[in-house]
Amino acid sequence: MLTKRIIPCLDIKDGRTVKGVNFVDLRDAGDPVVLAKQYADLGADELVFLDISATQEKRRTMHDMVLKVAAQVNIPFTVGGGISSVEDVDDLLHCGADKVSINSSAVKRPVLINELSDKFGSQCIVVAIDAKEIAGEWYVHLAGGTIPTEIKLFEWAKEVESRGAGEILFTSMNHDGTKSGFANEALAKLSELVNIPIIASGGAGTVKHFIDTFKEGKADAALAASVFHFGEIPIKDLKEELRKHNVEVRL
Amino acid sequence: MKLSIVNYGAGNIKSIQFAFNRLGYNAVLTDDPEELIKSDKVIFPGVGEASSAMEKLKDSGLDVLIPQLNQPVLGICLGMQLMCNYTEEGNTQGLGIFDVSVKRFSNTVKVPQMGWNTVNNLKSDLFKGINERAYMYLVHSFYAEICADTIATSYYEKEYTSAIERDNFFGVQFHPEKSSRAGEQVLQNFLDL
Repeated sequence: MLTKRIIPCLDIKDGRTVKGVNFVDLRDAGDPVVLAKQYADLGADELVFLDISATQEKRRTMHDMVLKVAAQVNIPFTVGGGISSVEDVDDLLHCGADKVSINSSAVKRPVLINELSDKFGSQCIVVAIDAKEIAGEWYVHLAGGTIPTEIKLFEWAKEVESRGAGEILFTSMNHDGTKSGFANEALAKLSELVNIPIIASGGAGTVKHFIDTFKEGKADAALAASVFHFGEIPIKDLKEELRKHNVEVRL
Repeated sequence: MKLSIVNYGAGNIKSIQFAFNRLGYNAVLTDDPEELIKSDKVIFPGVGEASSAMEKLKDSGLDVLIPQLNQPVLGICLGMQLMCNYTEEGNTQGLGIFDVSVKRFSNTVKVPQMGWNTVNNLKSDLFKGINERAYMYLVHSFYAEICADTIATSYYEKEYTSAIERDNFFGVQFHPEKSSRAGEQVLQNFLDL
């Protein structure tokens, strides 16, 4: 059976991981390649690298990083952040990225999704959606959640699917950073609405949150950062617990 | 050992090259028929859409060359699908090496299948040292049906072919270059054939 995926997310700035990372046995917490290898060895199913570098110039260091990760890591990885053109994606895929994730640029110019999926195939195009629930309605937000839009989450999800997205990475801004669990109600609705995989993001704090997001939230994958980086939830333990609760995982 | 990857514009070749590098081998990307014929092993990759990929093979005459190769050839993902008779994707005639058709998953499941699934009913040297129900990484919307040449099956919507073998030709639906240690073992086994 197809298993549910556990995906650590690494924020990258100027080719280094940012935010604290505190692994057992890890010498250089800032080197994304070392971290990526470690996560692959510990049983992560995929990795996401989010480039938060401010300038185009700094993005070139991202290409070097992607090349190094591809050379050393034997599981799939996605690169996101600041991608806005066919050329950007071409460069990253040529450096060895398996998938790219687009967010604001897709909202600003939705046809970008069509262009990318036509050229590279749906399988490598992830559309990331940051949304916030305001008075019972979910609205898409841009630029890392700082700019609200009038666009409704569920309508946008339908649209990105029809334009050729291969997967949706949904982050609930109401839950992100709270460690109080994923937005399972919205996730379940998304999963029923579209026929492409949904990655749950935002809110992971305990093992139970992961169990819930796979069972109640019907998520196909769950993404988290700090609970993995600080060793609060070791991936192997998490997967063993998931299996005990009849969630199929790769162990 | 001379190891070649068929170059016909298919995406993400880098991952395959890197995977062989990790095993200590250098895989050269080429569309030169002489080079391919002289190789000890040939990898036939594939990411993208079937009908346009087939057009590219025809443009360079590789559609004729590949089925005539005598050394071990490993098709990966779309590469494997193109080695079959026919695929529903773009209503495309394949290379006809494997006598089986490729169909699309129905919308009763999420399409593409994306992630790790088990390989079952293993029967080939390609899976030497690999346990039944080992996990491999897959991303695909189309699948080959079960046939006489099937050497591994996986289950998604139904039981389908996740690896196939006929004479010197091998195909895997999963991505061994992205399937952790089990995938690397498959690549090593292919090199050891």
